[in-house]
Amino acid sequence: MTGLNMSEPQAGHTGTGFSAATAVPRADVARADVAIVGGGLAGLSLALALRQGLGPDADIVLFDPYLSHATVDDGRCSAIAAGARRMLTTLGVWQHVGAKAQPIQTMVVTDSRTKDVARPTFLTFDGDVEPGEAFAHMVPNADLQYALIDAARSAGIDLRAQSVDDFTADRSGVSLSAAGAPQLSAQLLVACDGAKSRIRGMAGIANVAWGYGQSGITFAVEHERPHEGRAEEHFLPPGPFAILPLPGNRSSIVWTERTEDADRIVALPSIIFQEELEQRFGHRLGWVKPVTKPRAYPLGFAMARSFIGERLALVGDAAHLIHPIAGQGLNMGLRDVAALAEAVTDAARVGLDFAGPAVLERYQRWRRFDTLAMGVATDGLNRLFSNRSDALRAVRDLGLGLVDRMPRLKGLFIRDAAGLTGQVPKLLRGEAL
Amino acid sequence: MSEMNATVDPAEVARFDALGAQWWDEKGKMAPLHAMNPARLAFLRDALVRHFSRDARALRPLKGLSILDIGCGGGLLSEPLARMGGQVRGIDPAPGNVDIARTHAAASGLAVDYEAVTAEELASRGDRFDVVVALEVVEHVADVSLFVRTAGQLVADGGVLVLSTLNRTAKSFALAIVGAEYVLRWLPPGTHRWEKFITPEELEATLAAAGFTAREKVGLAYEPFSGDFHLIEDLSVNYFMVAERVG
Repeated sequence: MTGLNMSEPQAGHTGTGFSAATAVPRADVARADVAIVGGGLAGLSLALALRQGLGPDADIVLFDPYLSHATVDDGRCSAIAAGARRMLTTLGVWQHVGAKAQPIQTMVVTDSRTKDVARPTFLTFDGDVEPGEAFAHMVPNADLQYALIDAARSAGIDLRAQSVDDFTADRSGVSLSAAGAPQLSAQLLVACDGAKSRIRGMAGIANVAWGYGQSGITFAVEHERPHEGRAEEHFLPPGPFAILPLPGNRSSIVWTERTEDADRIVALPSIIFQEELEQRFGHRLGWVKPVTKPRAYPLGFAMARSFIGERLALVGDAAHLIHPIAGQGLNMGLRDVAALAEAVTDAARVGLDFAGPAVLERYQRWRRFDTLAMGVATDGLNRLFSNRSDALRAVRDLGLGLVDRMPRLKGLFIRDAAGLTGQVPKLLRGEAL
Repeated sequence: MSEMNATVDPAEVARFDALGAQWWDEKGKMAPLHAMNPARLAFLRDALVRHFSRDARALRPLKGLSILDIGCGGGLLSEPLARMGGQVRGIDPAPGNVDIARTHAAASGLAVDYEAVTAEELASRGDRFDVVVALEVVEHVADVSLFVRTAGQLVADGGVLVLSTLNRTAKSFALAIVGAEYVLRWLPPGTHRWEKFITPEELEATLAAAGFTAREKVGLAYEPFSGDFHLIEDLSVNYFMVAERVG
């Protein structure tokens, strides 16, 4: 071969030094392949998925100022749907949290007035997506977070306890500035920085949001008798009241009330709070007592106008926030992770620009419809159930009763709640990238 | 120039030069090449990974291989090959194409060595490459036998020659000429001339005359609903051949 072109570094003769993909190095600018902002469950899972897809040579940097703090165990738990669990298994994370997880074996839905003694059951799910595979597990958030951080460290993800203050993007790359650190240039920037995403704001992507005037009160309880893996969702007039099984004789409560009522309830003296709780919790599991402090979180629906920008992808709550009625918020975020990692990997493995418009548009097409459908469904469920009309109750009882008598439709509900309908990304099917 | 340009058809060169800046517009006139790219790159990567015993899942599976992209156009193939780690030389007889390719690679931060030169000129300099690729080229050259012989000369010992082209069948006439050029308006009418298409049997005979034998043959099909391309056994429209030197 004759000499290489003058526009490239003098590295061709070293044999191993030549790397077309890392291009012409600019002095004092550090380079990475992917920069992720936000070290929550979505951001860390994405880092691991991209490590699997892009291989050991890829430079993956994750920024989150909270990485320098110890993880706070606030006792909160999340329902991890089967698809998301398969992905966490494929990424080598589930193995470290599975023992602390409680499978949801059955799900019971009732619809009644708060003070009804007997709560007629309208819908029961025996929740296996595949024989022996529960459609969801309850997992303590803190355990999942520890396991993800450990896995990210072992996978050589560059974890930086810094916040990204600014970024610019053009066709050839994105350039980030973090406090007290040199500029970092990357091929792709992914915002996993939550519902109030600063990256989304800096990119000028509008967010459409509305509140429900409802808040969710969450805490854990201990109860007398074992729950046997049974989840209950009671559609009470102010909103759903969910009892989700935790390991041992414990359950996680998600108690929806109008925001002003919720704020009042969490501030009640414990003896009165206890009375309100028992009225809703019922007596099936014997005595009940809170074991973590109840907190109220306002509920809302939000969706970014676009999930992508120039060399930018929004993932998880940064892209969408849905009503927790179906316990799908985190799972939607993990579905984003699986879809984005697959789109990026498919392009990278054939040498295409993995952060180019075609790849990002594929990600957006893949996720936007699903997100909107889930947003509308949960919004509709909430509107249908959160009211005091007896006529509407009759309608929805009829609807749920019909669903209960149609095993195939129920199966579809189960698989959909598990994230296993539609065009399912490989990781959610439990396949490696 | 005419001696050196024995395989280049000046009318074809002018046609492609006029396409110019549209090479990199994924939704423009070159949209079909962009749509075809993932499938043909995956095939090319897999064929090279098999030939050179590399890992297809690596970020840079072609690291260190010298690759010649004949008829590189705007660099749609050269750039991905460089990203996969190849040391890529892209040549095209149309100077406008090479300018565009060079500018685009620089903006992408990729080191690809582009030159407006013919394959014969390169062969006469004695340059040799681990991989010589000429995709969608043979249907545009003036003398197919001479072109294949020249491309073969550019292959280093132990190297590989990859060609792709359009078959001369009724189906290819319907799909590539009537469908792609006139119905879907993907390509400007006149981009292809069906009588210049070459059948797999003719191409294999031409390769044999140049001392090469086809190790792999595969077809490419368009999926109208998804808009994707995928590999098939049927060679009746668009097909690839991976050839090695005999003996």
